[in-house]
Amino acid sequence: MAELVAADIPDGSYVNLGIGIPELVAKFVPEGREFIYHTENGLLGMGPAPTPGQEDPELINAGKKAVTANPGASYFHHADSFAMIRGGHIDVCVLGAMQVSSDGDLANWSTGAPDAIPAVGGAMDLIAGVKTIFVTTQHTTKTGLAKLVRKCSYPLTGQKVVSRVYSDLAIIDITPEGFRLLKLAPGVTFQEVCEKTDAPLLPANES
Amino acid sequence: MVEKNMKSVVNAIEDIPDGATVMIGGFGEAGSPTELIHALIDHGAKDLTIINNNTGNGEVGLAALIGTGQVRKMICSYPRSSHSKVFPELYRAGKIELEIVPQGTLAERIRAGGAGIPAFYTATTVGTPLAEGKEIRQINGRDYVLEYGLSADYALIKCETSDQMGNLIYNKTARNFNPIMCMAADVTIVQARKIVQTGMIDPEHVITPGIFVNRIVEVCEPVTESRLIAEGVSYP
Repeated sequence: MAELVAADIPDGSYVNLGIGIPELVAKFVPEGREFIYHTENGLLGMGPAPTPGQEDPELINAGKKAVTANPGASYFHHADSFAMIRGGHIDVCVLGAMQVSSDGDLANWSTGAPDAIPAVGGAMDLIAGVKTIFVTTQHTTKTGLAKLVRKCSYPLTGQKVVSRVYSDLAIIDITPEGFRLLKLAPGVTFQEVCEKTDAPLLPANES
Repeated sequence: MVEKNMKSVVNAIEDIPDGATVMIGGFGEAGSPTELIHALIDHGAKDLTIINNNTGNGEVGLAALIGTGQVRKMICSYPRSSHSKVFPELYRAGKIELEIVPQGTLAERIRAGGAGIPAFYTATTVGTPLAEGKEIRQINGRDYVLEYGLSADYALIKCETSDQMGNLIYNKTARNFNPIMCMAADVTIVQARKIVQTGMIDPEHVITPGIFVNRIVEVCEPVTESRLIAEGVSYP
């Protein structure tokens, strides 16, 4: 999934990667392309994790893990960092999902359970402000429930924001007509993806 | 010339009263003014409203301040983390209030508070539960939520270097909320790893101009929260 996402990001993009599978995108940057990574706690030009023993507790990413700064990096305060996000200066954000609806709504911050402690971080700012939102997710939950749905049942993170979903079964675009298949994973049939999607899925466009 | 240089972290925070609203810089442990927080614990002011992105880790720093029961309300974006246990327990027991604010909206509310902007509109949270009850206005065909500026009585700040006038430089991603909190508090109290003579910082390199800083105190070797936690330290 991460490799497929990386292949779809143009050279020179400013990219913000969420925690988990999205982080792996950085390992699959295609030959000849360069992405500049933004982490919302105040670093543009984020590099990979340092070698063990070289961690600096004052050089971390939004997941609070130790990182490095690439040549040409810059540090800035939180209001500037979110001006980059809200102001539409970040090109691509890749993040995980609990549910995505066929009109592009995203739910990924809370199950809405009464005893849950709400914690939103920067997810709502990112999806409201970044130009292109890619979601990486397993196609269904651990118990087999569809994560691509007509309408999200979990509290929303944002409305009509997701451009494309990369799942373990397929790449699916969110279009004005709803979910449309872009590409199947090897060995997966259109029928199987339809059965595991709780909303109409349009077949891939002939091209 | 007003003397900003304080003798100790104790002197720096000793007038913080019960019921104060206090902004505390830092994102996790990066940029957290842990020595000032520990002094505030010793000082004992209670019924505090604390503004920080998180709720601290382990039983040191902000988590320890929450753990003593001195905090009535937290305003933050992400009150959980792998090492946070103090806040979740108090919250589930109904012993602490929580105002959850998206991280970018929190930053902009603080910036606005410091810049004399009473409120602003943002697309963040439109259509989500966090927009409920808030004014929505359509501008150029898109919906926006009205958010109010945030200010505080005090700010506790950590920086790398200060001069005698309170001009500040930070270290890497420890900058985070610190510069905007300096602007948004009536009294801004800074712990600096190093305090240098005025004139030693190139004006081109100043990140926070001294006008936003009231008190500075040198803490040459600040503790690292993750190290304290690894050592099993619990403050006080």
